[in-house]
Amino acid sequence: MSMPFGQGIAPCTERFDEEQSPSGHRKRRHNENTNNGECKMKASLAISGLALGTMVGAAPLAADEVNVGVMLTLSGSAAVLGEQGRDGFLLALDELDGKLGGLDAKVTIVDDEQKPDVAVNRARELIESEGVDFVMGAMYSNVQMAVTGPLTQAGVFVLSPNPGPSALAGAECNPNFFAVSYQNDQPDEVVGAYVSDKAQRVFLIAPNYQAGKDHLTGFKRTFTGEIADEVYVSLTQMDYSAELAQIAAASPDAVFAFMPGGLGVNFVRQFRQAGLDAIPVYSTFTVDEVTLPAQQQDAVGFYSGSDWAPDLDTERNRAFVQAFEAKYDRVPASYAAHAYDAAYLMDAAIRAVGGDLSDKDALRAALKAAEFESVRGEFSFNDNHFPLQDFYVTQVAQREDGRFQTQVVEKVLEKPVDAYAAECAMN
Amino acid sequence: MTNLLILQTLNGLQFGILLFLVAAGLTLVFGVMDVINLAHGAQYMLGAYLAAAFTALTGSFALGLLAALPVALAFGLLTERLVIRRLYDRSHLDQVLVTFGLMLMIGEGVRMIWGSAPISVNLPQVLSGSVPVYGNLRYPVYRLVILAAGLGAAGLLGWMIHRTRLGMLLRAGASNRDMVSALGTDINRLFLLVFGFGAMLAGFAGAMMLPLVSAEPQMGDTVLILTFVVIVIGGIGSIRGAFVAALLVGLVDTLGRSFGPVLLRTVMEPDAASQMGRVLAPMLIYILMALILAIRPAGLFPVRQ
Amino acid sequence: MSARDAVMLALVALLAALPPVLQLLGEPFLTVIVTRALIFAIAALSLDLLLGYGALVSFGHAAFLGIGAYTALILSGRGVTGLELQLPAALAAAGLFALVTGAISLRTRGVHFIMITLAFGQMAYYFASSLSAFGGDDGQALRARSTLFGADVLAGNSGFYYLVLALLALVWLFLRALTRSRFGRVLSGTRENEARMQAIGFSPFPFRLIAYVVAGMIAAMAGVLLANHASFVAPSYMGWGRSGEMIAMVVLGGMGTLTGPVLGAIAFVLAEETLARFTTHWRLFFGAAIVLIVLFTRGGLLGALLRGRK
Repeated sequence: MSMPFGQGIAPCTERFDEEQSPSGHRKRRHNENTNNGECKMKASLAISGLALGTMVGAAPLAADEVNVGVMLTLSGSAAVLGEQGRDGFLLALDELDGKLGGLDAKVTIVDDEQKPDVAVNRARELIESEGVDFVMGAMYSNVQMAVTGPLTQAGVFVLSPNPGPSALAGAECNPNFFAVSYQNDQPDEVVGAYVSDKAQRVFLIAPNYQAGKDHLTGFKRTFTGEIADEVYVSLTQMDYSAELAQIAAASPDAVFAFMPGGLGVNFVRQFRQAGLDAIPVYSTFTVDEVTLPAQQQDAVGFYSGSDWAPDLDTERNRAFVQAFEAKYDRVPASYAAHAYDAAYLMDAAIRAVGGDLSDKDALRAALKAAEFESVRGEFSFNDNHFPLQDFYVTQVAQREDGRFQTQVVEKVLEKPVDAYAAECAMN
Repeated sequence: MTNLLILQTLNGLQFGILLFLVAAGLTLVFGVMDVINLAHGAQYMLGAYLAAAFTALTGSFALGLLAALPVALAFGLLTERLVIRRLYDRSHLDQVLVTFGLMLMIGEGVRMIWGSAPISVNLPQVLSGSVPVYGNLRYPVYRLVILAAGLGAAGLLGWMIHRTRLGMLLRAGASNRDMVSALGTDINRLFLLVFGFGAMLAGFAGAMMLPLVSAEPQMGDTVLILTFVVIVIGGIGSIRGAFVAALLVGLVDTLGRSFGPVLLRTVMEPDAASQMGRVLAPMLIYILMALILAIRPAGLFPVRQ
Repeated sequence: MSARDAVMLALVALLAALPPVLQLLGEPFLTVIVTRALIFAIAALSLDLLLGYGALVSFGHAAFLGIGAYTALILSGRGVTGLELQLPAALAAAGLFALVTGAISLRTRGVHFIMITLAFGQMAYYFASSLSAFGGDDGQALRARSTLFGADVLAGNSGFYYLVLALLALVWLFLRALTRSRFGRVLSGTRENEARMQAIGFSPFPFRLIAYVVAGMIAAMAGVLLANHASFVAPSYMGWGRSGEMIAMVVLGGMGTLTGPVLGAIAFVLAEETLARFTTHWRLFFGAAIVLIVLFTRGGLLGALLRGRK
């Protein structure tokens, strides 16, 4: 009857042990982990045996290694998303034999604890102590907004595997920032456009914080029907009985929910218990491969909007999903897919500049060109460094092997331009 | 509107009853033993995790719940013997710190054992689904079960406090601690019982909520703060006060969230009203507490002179 | 000069010599972490005035930290980056908030005071979370670091460090003088024997209120610095967990000694940073350390240090 979610999440598969290199630099060895122990979060892994001693002295024209920081939320209950991102990235790195664009990759994984102030400190440490060239991260918009400034000012390229805050897409767009994911509002716009044909009166629900309001704004941008009501719940709230009663009383044609992570787990479950089965639920970030192991049967039939799904029909995606499930024994979520893409994007860009990391302009142009094969099929960057890609409405279903995943229902928008690109002065 | 009012009142009562189950232990520990226990929320969380673990083991939520109770009790007793006992003659400040540390330890321990992702448990078939309450409005069966179980526990507790010798000692202890020891009662055993029992009640509340909210390591934090609000409003050490205040907080919070924006809309622009509602809703119970304390500094049912 | 003063003097001297030493050791980044510790030391000092001298256990002190941080955020967003303007504004805002909430809270005593300050802290937290112009729950990045009379003293790591160290020393001197003044003696007197103070004609209320306001203002100063340190401000700065951490700093360091809380804050931040490097489950060890230290030591770190010397 029960499903302990915690055990469905594979433990870290990487373990890092510290060792002292002759040059006195801290270096960590990379081992396979067999027990259920945790990874050391602040750990750098030198995938292949490489010498750091040569770094001293005049900077070489073409460095023989690339220094990558991976900054994700890896502790606390929000860690599930970060773990997906980390695993997707490390899977790609494995496939590339620990090299990015032919250079040995030195990867430092840090935990931002989902706290912006902690994250800024860790970012500074990545710059000042590790001297990173790239940072793959973060997982949450608030952290992204906090670290992108300090990192890019130091000349670091930042690749986001998930957050695409409106500011970074528009007025504060940044030459060194690339969203490998989407602009935050886009999945909501997709659902809004789709629901316009399906329902007249829609009830909206989201947590009471900035992202919650942004996501509902995104939905309303494309939704043409009537809003039955708009309700905001507290982020720490776990029981939604009052809101469900309001939904029941309003009896709308459909519900649109942005209830990320644990909120979604409780919301979906209580929605079912409240006997509201007749009302279809459209959502974003509420039912995905991170929450489904806990929601299970309760979430089947729920709709979502996304740029990717495990069953997205590209050759590259089939290979990715198969490799991910083989290595980590769970279904990948979009966070893993984006992080996986981010690694290949870096690989292609570094290769394009011949491993010369010192020419930032050339490297930036190479990143912008995005000449890699995305799991999402056709993929390119707009002038604001946000993707031009297709979006789908997906629906939760149970697979033949008993696991749950989102599946593509229909392609809704073809390569939409995000709503903020026009405000970006970059071209 | 009437329909919604009925539903929301039920929801508010159910939330209040839950708060009471957690608050009862806290207010007794506070009132009788004069110990501030910040780890009380962690005991609520632990109850949920224990029930989840035992449900997974036995395959039945009812059995899981039953098995979780004695373990929660044992954990409470152990905590009292190892840590809390050393705090009786310490200042409130030391108590706050030690139990704060304890809270961190239990939270992290749970995270080590069960991971950080939420763990959920499915309801038994008979208890899932909903029943019609009024007109076409339906109410989940399980929430009615929580309401009934909570009221049952409250009734039992009330009977114990007011009708048994143990209850008499507790009431005496809350208003005058020295008198109880003067009566020749083994005060240490009394304290041990109170603490263990309080921990078990909190664990029971956590376990009961498990099918609704799924277990998460930080689920105790919010509840802890809310129960502090409850016992302070009710008057520290007063079970009756805790009961009244818990229902008050449950109702004010639930009805305020639901009807606050509606009420505000009658006096201001819809946009400003919903904006204002969003700002005020989470603050409502803290405003309630500050108001009550400003008028009655010792709470609604002050116990000690 | 008392032993406590000697410890503080030695500590400041040690801290003053730290950045060049860290530079030499090739760990200049540690300066940034120690700066954070010193900022919390200022906040802990202010809380010691309430805890140690007034016996007022405030569980909402983080609200003042947040008020300072948000003042810096709001003013820098409007182009006012000078500390000479930001600090007075932060002090005024915090002083006003302290005056109003203090006047209500101080009507209660003991546990009720703990709880009502907690309630006000939570209200401030939720209010900040609803400020959508300033990032709401997510918080917002500081537009620019503060300046001092137009000079970019906070831009460099060591410049910032020495400014914070200087402010810490100043606050310590100020509170040392304040607690030794007549005001301080009455405040401590109300802690020890309220009835006697009232009998000789001192109503404790105004003294407590002034202490509450002063402590709030100093914490707001730390908040301005903290905002600059992280270049970011979020409501999480004023969560009740942060208030609890500050109490821990004061008590672990040695309450009512001024020097102790400084030691406590530095030890607390460094322990947090160090443990987090070894395990994600650092909270387990951290919690255990708090429990053991409070249960089995008296007088905190400073007490242990002074006893060890004898």
